Amino acid sequence: MKKILKISLLLMALFAASAHLSAADEGRLKIATTSSLYDTGLLESIVDQFSEKNDATVQIPSHGGTGIAIAAGQKGDVDLLIVHDKAREINFIEDGDGLERRCFAYNYFYIVGPEDDPAGIAGLNASQAFRSIMEGGLADPDQIKFITRGDLSGTHSKEQSLWKRAGYNYSEVNTSGSWYVDAGSPMGATLMMANEKLAYTLTDMSTFMAYQGNLTLVPLIEGGDELLNVYSAIAINPEKHPGVNCQLANQFIDYLVSPECQEIIGTYGQEQYGRPLFFKGEGNCDIMGCSAEECVVPTEAGCAEA
Amino acid sequence: MSMAFLELRNLDKNYGQAEILKQINLSVDRGEILGLIGPTGSGKTTLLRLINLLEEPSSGSILLEGQIKSGRPEKEKIAARRRMAMVFQKPVMFKSDVLENICFGMRARGLGREEQRREKAMQALQSVGLSGYESRDANTLSGGEMQRIALARAIVLQPELLLLDEPTANLDLRSASAIDSLLQGLAGGRTAVILATHNMMQCRRLADRVAVLVGGRITALGKNEDILGQVERSGRSSPAIAGLEIPW
Amino acid sequence: MEEIWNGILRAIELIITLNPEVMETTARSLFISFAAVFMAAIIDIPLGGLIELREFRGKKALVNLIQTLYGLPTVTVGLLVFLLLSRSGPLGELELLYTPTGMVIGQMILISPILTGLTISALKGVGPQIRDTAVSLGADESQVIGAIIKEARFAVIAAVLIAFGRALSEVGVAMMIGGNIRDYTRVLTTSIALQTSMGNLEMSIALGILLIGISMILNLSLSRFQGR
Repeated sequence: MKKILKISLLLMALFAASAHLSAADEGRLKIATTSSLYDTGLLESIVDQFSEKNDATVQIPSHGGTGIAIAAGQKGDVDLLIVHDKAREINFIEDGDGLERRCFAYNYFYIVGPEDDPAGIAGLNASQAFRSIMEGGLADPDQIKFITRGDLSGTHSKEQSLWKRAGYNYSEVNTSGSWYVDAGSPMGATLMMANEKLAYTLTDMSTFMAYQGNLTLVPLIEGGDELLNVYSAIAINPEKHPGVNCQLANQFIDYLVSPECQEIIGTYGQEQYGRPLFFKGEGNCDIMGCSAEECVVPTEAGCAEA
Repeated sequence: MSMAFLELRNLDKNYGQAEILKQINLSVDRGEILGLIGPTGSGKTTLLRLINLLEEPSSGSILLEGQIKSGRPEKEKIAARRRMAMVFQKPVMFKSDVLENICFGMRARGLGREEQRREKAMQALQSVGLSGYESRDANTLSGGEMQRIALARAIVLQPELLLLDEPTANLDLRSASAIDSLLQGLAGGRTAVILATHNMMQCRRLADRVAVLVGGRITALGKNEDILGQVERSGRSSPAIAGLEIPW
Repeated sequence: MEEIWNGILRAIELIITLNPEVMETTARSLFISFAAVFMAAIIDIPLGGLIELREFRGKKALVNLIQTLYGLPTVTVGLLVFLLLSRSGPLGELELLYTPTGMVIGQMILISPILTGLTISALKGVGPQIRDTAVSLGADESQVIGAIIKEARFAVIAAVLIAFGRALSEVGVAMMIGGNIRDYTRVLTTSIALQTSMGNLEMSIALGILLIGISMILNLSLSRFQGR
C-alpha cells in the first residue's frame, strides 16, 4: 500500500513538473478564433510556418463561436483574436481590450438551399433572397424553411444584418413561425440539419466546401457585397490585461500581413477543392471595406504595459 | 396393490467425485407420513431437494403417480412442483411482510382469488400459532417464527406431497409439539408427507413408516415400531443410529 | 471566479422568477430523459433478470461486454443513432432525426448497458436460497425473475436513478440527434453548450447549477434507497 502511494506521488510530481516546463510563457502565443476559420485548417498551416521561423509555440485553445473567442479576449486568457465580426471587433477595441484591428483575408458567405429552390432565390441578391425565403416560409412552412445557427456567431451576426437589410426586425423573423428553425448549433451541424430538412441556410464558404461531399444542398447565392466575410486579427491590450504576450501577438499579425503569408492564404485549398477557400487581403482593401490604416499593414501600436 | 404416490428408483446423486446418495429406492403413499431419519450430512436435504425437482439426480428416476418427472422438460417439472411443497431446513423469507410471504405460492400457482388467498393465509397463520403476525416484516422474525411461517406457506397450498426438512428444529418444546399436532392432522388425508428429522421422539410420534439414511444409503426401511425398536435395541454404538437424537 | 458567483446568483434568479424559457427547457430535459429511462427499464430490467438467472454459453463474455459499454462515449452513440435515423439511413422514413422522440431513442441506447448491467449486479446480490424458495413454491421462470427483482428492488431502483442521471446530463446524443432546436429539442445540456459558445458564461453556469441541483436531488433519493 505504502509503495503504491509513493509511486503515485512520484508520478504526480513528474506530471506537474512536465506541465510546468512546457508552459514556458515567453515563447508561447495563444490565439482565440472562430470555428469557421479554424475548421478549414488554414490557421494551422500559417501557425506551422510561423512557429518554425520564430521558434515560438503557438496554440489555438479557443476555436468555438465568435462569442466565446471574444470572451476569452476580454478575460485576457489569450494573446490574439482572429474573428470576423466587424461591429464586435470595433467595440472590443473601444472597450480597451484590443490594440488595433488588421484585416488580412476575406471570402464570402453563401446562401445554400435545396436543389429545387422552392423559394426561387437564384439570381437575386442576398437581401432579396432573404425576403423571398421569409415570404415563402410564412406561406408554406412545410416546403420552405430556413435554419439559423442562433448562436451569436459571426455567421449569425451576418445573418441578422441581412434580415435587417431585407427590411425586417430580427425579433419579427425569429418568432414568426415554424419555417424559421433555431438550431443553436455550430456551422457543420447546422448544414447537416439544413440538408436533412431540405432547408435554406447561411454558411461561410469554407465550411460548406468542406462538407459539400456529404450534402445535397447547393449554393444558390455566392458573392456580392452583402455576403462579404472579412477576417481580422486583434492583439489583446497588455495595458488592460497584463501578462498577455503582446510582442509575439504583434509578430504574428505582422506575419499574417506579410507577402509570404498572403500568398499562402490566397492559394489555400486549391489542391483539395479546386479553388482557394480565401482571398488575400493584399490589394483588396476596398472590397473588404477596410481603411488603409487597418488593411494588410504591419502593427504600429507598441506593447507598453500599464 | 395401488400405485404409490411418490416413487424413487435407484436414485444416485454425485457432486463431482463426492457420492452423496447411492441407490435410493423409496415410495410414499397418500395419507402416509414417512419419517426420514439419519445423522447430519447423511444426504437428507439433498434427497428432499431432488424430490422437489430443484436438482436432477445423477442417475435413477423420480415418479409421481407412476409418471417420471425427473429429467423432464421444465414445463412438466413446474407442473409437478406445483403439486408439492417443501419446508427448507433454514427457511428464508422474501423481503416483504408475513402475509405476502405466505401468499407467494398461491399467487405463483394461480390458486383462488385475492380475497380467498388472504383468508387462507390468515387461517394458516393461526394454525401455526402466529395469528396477528400478518403485517410484520418477515425478515425481523426469529428463526423459530420463520420456520413456522415457512410451514404455513407450504400447507396453505394444500399440496399432495409435503416435504419437511427439520421443521421443528428451532422451536421450543411447546411450539414444536403444537406443530407436531398440526402435522399429525395431515395423516390419513390425501397428502403424502416426508418428514426428515433427527429427532427420534418426533419420528416415533408422527411417522407411519421410517427410512434410515446413513452415508447416502437407506440402511433400514419399514414400519415405525419395527425400525425404531431395532434402533433402540441395537444401542447407541450402532453406526445405523450414530448421530441420532435419542432422548432417553 | 466572479462568473461562478454571478452564475449562482443568476441561477437563483432564474428559479425564483420561474423564467419561462428555462423552466420549459428544464421540463423538456426531464421529460425526455424520463421517457428514455422508463422505456429502457421495461426492456432492460427483465433482460437483466433473464441474463443473470439463466445459464448459457458466453454468459460471462456477454456480461463483460455490457460492463465495457458502461463507458460508451455519448458522441459515439449520437453518431451511430444519427446514421440510423438520417434521411439517407435505414430508418430515415420515420423522420425521427431532430425530434424529441429521436433523442429518447438515442438516450435509451446510451443507458441500456448501465441499466442492464447494474440490474444484473443487483440480482447477483440476492441469495440463491430465495431462488430455490420461489421455485419450490411453484414459480415459473418469469415469476422467479419477478420475485428476485422484487427482492433486489432497492438496488434496481438505484440502477434506474443512475441511468436517469446519465441521460439527463449527457450532451452528445442530445446535440447530434436533437439539434438543439429552440422550443423543440433544446434541453439543459445543449443550452449550456450553446451559452458557452456564445460567451454567456454566467448563464451557462446558472444552467449548470440547475442541472447539478436536479442531480443532487436524484442522488439524495438514491442514498435514501441505499440506506435501507
